[in-house]
Parts: sequence; structure tokens; C-alpha cells
Amino acid sequence: MTVETDSSTRFAEFAHPERLVSTEWLAEHLGTPGLVVVESDEDVLLYETGHIAGSVKIDWHTDLNDPVERDYIDGVAFAKLLGSKGIGRDTTVVIYGDKNNWWAAYALWVFTLFGHEDVRLLDGGRAKWEAEGRAYTTDRESAPTVDYPVVERDDAAIRAYKDDVLAHFGNPLVDVRSPEEFSGERTTAPAYPEEGALRAGHIPSAQNVPWSKAVAEDGGFKSLTELNGIYRDGAGLKDGDDVIAYCRIGERSSHTWFVLTHLLGFEGVRNYDGSWTEWGSAVRVPIVRGAEPGAVPTLK
Amino acid sequence: MTIEELPGQLAEIREDFLALEVRERLQLLLEFSNELPELPERYRDHPDLLERVEECQSPVFIFVEIDDGLVHLYATAPREAPTTRGFASILAQGLDGLTVEAVLGIPDDFPQGLGLTEAVSPLRVRGMTALLARAKRQIREKVAA
Repeated sequence: MTVETDSSTRFAEFAHPERLVSTEWLAEHLGTPGLVVVESDEDVLLYETGHIAGSVKIDWHTDLNDPVERDYIDGVAFAKLLGSKGIGRDTTVVIYGDKNNWWAAYALWVFTLFGHEDVRLLDGGRAKWEAEGRAYTTDRESAPTVDYPVVERDDAAIRAYKDDVLAHFGNPLVDVRSPEEFSGERTTAPAYPEEGALRAGHIPSAQNVPWSKAVAEDGGFKSLTELNGIYRDGAGLKDGDDVIAYCRIGERSSHTWFVLTHLLGFEGVRNYDGSWTEWGSAVRVPIVRGAEPGAVPTLK
Repeated sequence: MTIEELPGQLAEIREDFLALEVRERLQLLLEFSNELPELPERYRDHPDLLERVEECQSPVFIFVEIDDGLVHLYATAPREAPTTRGFASILAQGLDGLTVEAVLGIPDDFPQGLGLTEAVSPLRVRGMTALLARAKRQIREKVAA
């Protein structure tokens, strides 16, 4: 049983309008049975400073990542996590967060790895909610514990590993990092901590489309026309393309994955979450420096 | 200096964190975050005096002052970055009034010993390690000048 979708005309033009809800819709639907609101932020304390009433917190580092291996949690841990947040398999989940939903999109992508069907983003995230003067609470998180089934992750459809990228050459790659990271001037986002890549530059033939180009001034997504201009006209993506997006650790490219998959309707878009922190440290993989994508490489 | 020989006020902060369950440590960090004092008037109009700590995920600026051989640390970070504010506040309170020698003697890995790596993740704690390193570097430069 899912909660009705947001039928605002603003989203109707997108391929999968049911994946977005507006702040107005959320304000009207808070407390609806079958709906759980999840906050997912870059800053691990932001939820505690104030959050949407009744929402629960899921943190990308401490909840969704395996504490030992560089991988996501498994089906047992995911079931335990979601059950403890009051989320059942048929719950409608709306995720929102800071930094234009950068981490919210990442959480949504991880939910999708586990095949959670009804998971949506709050268009504009925290920034828009706040700009409209909507309320927050500092109440402690409380959610009934429910049963969530153990479902194993299915990575094949939307997640790419390094070997998949090597086999993908000749098909479109989108590098969503900043131009400085793409050209190899630096290995981290401006003003972000060093996360340990040994080489700088980008994967050969990748188009550089910084993730934030998809974001409008109010923090929500741009219109379909604008997005088509960026990804189809600008980056040359065509219907039927098999696309892999990457960034530094896979979080910014989750945002682009959402745009390509749910707003523009591309099928088979994969997020390479190993991203630059893996590629830039891997042995014998091709790298291009400078502002140009570079040619499709011949593999050694 | 080993972590067991920390100056009293820093040792106390560490004990306060370690005495709590992991979840409660976040609440204490939030309290620190809320307690980060406003910049003193003399720095408010001089953002040029403050040094940006590039390793932190959110914009944070620090300035270390040595007055009569005693250290004072001032910091500013936006409300939307409570974790970074919390880290800066721990150092502002923990270092305040210590001698130059005492601050330079604080182990560089002091932030890893607060029990926060589980609560906020090792990657995020690196931001505090960078803050401490910057503070020490500023002190060394001032002492040498």
C-alpha cells in the first residue's frame, strides 16, 4: 500500500514524476499512515539541530556503509536498519537532506540497490524547506520497530564496479566532479578533505558535467528543458545509451544517477561508487589529464 | 605527552565523551557545537586574520592568539555545519589558557581518542585532526616570529 503521489504539474514533465514530492505535498502528508520521512545529510549532527517532525535519520557513513569492508551493508543489516526506523517493505519513503539532496540521493540509490520500491526525494531538500519558513523540531527520533524482510542487494542493474568501467569504454561516461578535479589540478572537491587518491585526472573519454548543474537556484531540480540542454545537447547523451556516472566516492554521482534515471528516463544508468578514490589509486588503469575527455583507450 | 598525560581540561572533555554511549556522544558534540562562542569583536571585522581549514568539509576559520604565553583559539563555522562547529568548540575550550608547550605537546591523534570515530565516522574525525594541526602550526609560527 503506497501513499498517493505528488501530482503537481511541476513534476509531470519528468519521466518518473512519482519519484519527487514538493515541500507543499510533504507538509500536507506528514503523519499519513504508510509514509516515513528520512533525513540523510552530509553533516552527521544536522538532524539533531532540527528536522522535519516525525522524520528519522539515516547516515551514509555510520548506517549504510559496511564498517569493515568498502561496501554497503548486506541484506540482514539493511533489514535491521529499516525495521528500526519504522520502515516496512511497502512503506512510502521520502528522503531529504542538506547540500541540495546530495546525500539524500545517495541514500535513495542505496535503497534502490535493495529494491525498495517506493522511495522518493523531497525536491529542494532542507534548503527549500527552510527558505519557505517551514517548521523543524528537535524531538528525539522515535519510530516503532517493524519487520523488514531480508532482501539481498542486487548491484547488477545500477551499480558499476571498476571492471565494469573497463568493459564499458566506447559507451558514455559522465564525470560529475568539479572541473578542477576533472582536469587533474586536484583530487578532492574544492575545500573538501583529501580522501586518498594517488593520481589526479579523469577516466578517459568521460564528459565532465558537475552534478550541481542539475540544481536550480531554490535547491530543487531544474526543468526538463534545462536538463535536456545539459545532458543531451551538452554531454551528448542519447536515448538508448548505456551510461556510467562517477565522482569521488559515489555520492555526487548518485545525484546525477537520479536525474538521468528518474527525471530524464534513461534506462540502465549505473553509478560507479568506487569512483575516483578507487580509479585514481588503481594500478594500470588509463587516466587522462586536462580539460578534454580524451580518446577511448586501448587497454593494456 | 601520551594521551594519559593530557592537560586537565582536555582530559576532562575526553572522559566526558568516553563515559557516554555512542549515541549520547553525538548529543554532547551538539552541546559543544551550540557553545562555540562568537568571535571577539576585534576579529569580526577582520576575516583576513582568520585561516581557513581546507581539510574540513564545511567552511571553518580559526585564529590562535598567544597572550602572555597562554593560548586562546577562536573559530567560526556556519550553523549548517554543526559537526565542524562541535570540533572547533572542543578545541577552543580544551586549549584555552594552556601554555604554548602544553598545546604543542598534545598528541596529534587526540581527536581519534574521543570515542567519536564510531559515532561520526573516522573520515569526519579527520576534520578535527586538521584543525588541531593548523592550530599548532599557527602557534609555532607565532613563537618563531
